[in-house]
Amino acid sequence: MSDSNYTPNSKLGKWFNDRLPLLTLANHLTDYPTPKNLNYWWTFGGILTFCLITQIVTGLVLAMHYIADTKLAFASVEHIMRDVNYGWLIRYVHANGASMFFLAVYIHIFRSLFYGSYKSPREIIWIIGIIIYLLMMAAAFMGYVLPWGQMSYWGATVITNLFSAIPFIGEGITTWLWGGYSVDNPTLTRFYALHYLIPFLILGLVVLHIWALHVPGNNNPVGIEIKKPSNDTVPFHPYIVIKDAFALLLFLIVFAFFVFYTPNILGHADNYIEANPLVTPAHIVPEWYLLPFYAILRSVPDKLMGVIAMFSAILILAALPWLDTSKVRSAVFRPLYKQFYWILVIDVLVLGYVGAMPAEGLYLLVARVATAYYFLHFLIVLPVLGWTEKTNPVPLNITEPVLAGSALATRSVREDKTEINLKSLG
Amino acid sequence: MSDKKPKNRRDFIFTATAAAGAVGVGAAVWPLVDQMNPDASVKALASTEVDVSSVKPGQSITVVWRGKPVFIKRRTQEEIDKARSVSLDELKHPEKDEDRVKNPEWLVMLGICTHLGCVPLSDKGEYDGWFCPCHGSHYDTSGRIRKGPAPINMEIPEYVFLNENTIKIG
Repeated sequence: MSDSNYTPNSKLGKWFNDRLPLLTLANHLTDYPTPKNLNYWWTFGGILTFCLITQIVTGLVLAMHYIADTKLAFASVEHIMRDVNYGWLIRYVHANGASMFFLAVYIHIFRSLFYGSYKSPREIIWIIGIIIYLLMMAAAFMGYVLPWGQMSYWGATVITNLFSAIPFIGEGITTWLWGGYSVDNPTLTRFYALHYLIPFLILGLVVLHIWALHVPGNNNPVGIEIKKPSNDTVPFHPYIVIKDAFALLLFLIVFAFFVFYTPNILGHADNYIEANPLVTPAHIVPEWYLLPFYAILRSVPDKLMGVIAMFSAILILAALPWLDTSKVRSAVFRPLYKQFYWILVIDVLVLGYVGAMPAEGLYLLVARVATAYYFLHFLIVLPVLGWTEKTNPVPLNITEPVLAGSALATRSVREDKTEINLKSLG
Repeated sequence: MSDKKPKNRRDFIFTATAAAGAVGVGAAVWPLVDQMNPDASVKALASTEVDVSSVKPGQSITVVWRGKPVFIKRRTQEEIDKARSVSLDELKHPEKDEDRVKNPEWLVMLGICTHLGCVPLSDKGEYDGWFCPCHGSHYDTSGRIRKGPAPINMEIPEYVFLNENTIKIG
């Protein structure tokens, strides 16, 4: 890479950099050549970093006031809400922050699906991303248990019971997870410890995620490999930094709307009732971001198979780089894939909707069809499409098709409203 | 294949070192894993005595044992007959009602749905036994699974009648 030749200007800088090349790293990050046609769907990486930092900072503050004890946890959360200075704000930012984190991560994932960012040579970036996503779900689930409300308790009971479906050792694993014979104080204290740990594991994986990204560089809306640096790239700073910052501001408007105007809409009212091991709420639902997987779990009538289906639905994503056999990355040049992509988006939204509804009648039927289609998309549609689809011509570089007016590529790019035209002409 | 090196003393030392290391790591990790299992104070609460003298026929009470609800139902003759008239072929998890009770009038079982651990509601569902609101499992008057995702009947804990009015669970 070009930035390995970097030498600091000042003598002190050079002295320091020879001993610890932090300035070389900083130089690499600012000069990092980025495709100039990145659109706003690419700003969610920065937004996600912001979300992680927000969760760590607000979580640290909450930990100063929260008490992980079944007799005190619920009251300590109310204490945070009522007595602690700005406690309400910090807790609402943390609780809604989790939802915003997932909102951003889903957009980030579906951006990768549309533009084929998971394909060679970016498989490792993608798989690290899936691990981060799994850890996020674990952290969110355990965090939801901490207030020790009814949904906390029963959510924890249902999810930990998933492991009891494993033949022979399932019961032992569940008892081990609980530290008892049901969800109780030992469960709460360990969930608290793990909830505090996981964000830092995520932080470490984010560093690896970005490191792995900086080896091949960013994918881009046309999905072609570009020369770096070249007239197809711009330095990360200031171009991408400013764009990311602007997108973050827009994102914060949504974030602030939830925090200040409707802080409880994404939660569940039952969680303001203290946990009661003898009464199950009439309708247990997980947080919205887990609903599609919950729908898959419930759509299978057999307990073990339901659990397997749910975990497979997540893990199948890790195999995506090999399931998608198409050589063309971006959906911009894949007319058929583009349609299946949107069907998948709708399918996941439908799963999310039926996951929030009772598992009966028409809802159950819809959940089963949507579950079947989810797996069909990854296991059949993607491999077959890669072999059979007639893709549109792909441009040789980002600048060329616009300036030279390479017919088909340019047209399809324009139709997709990527910003190639504006940026390269402007 | 032909350039495969012959085994020598150094290979033996490597293997032995790795094996000893693995045993050492295993021994060091086990306490870290086992500390998560139920501790002595949790195990100490393993049994509960219940006075059932005030329970009338048709009524059911819920008591806590090991942090879990236990249903103690005093069944009516009608409910007993209903549970015993079912042919075993109709059951997902075939168990005779006779094997699930010590005294036909008293049904003592863990009030936990065997699907994912919710507490079923009594006198509900298509079989007039219990109904789990979480994912729609129906149990009959013997607590056996009849319809829905739960794989097995509701569990019967260990219990004894200490006398006519007292049940010791656990």
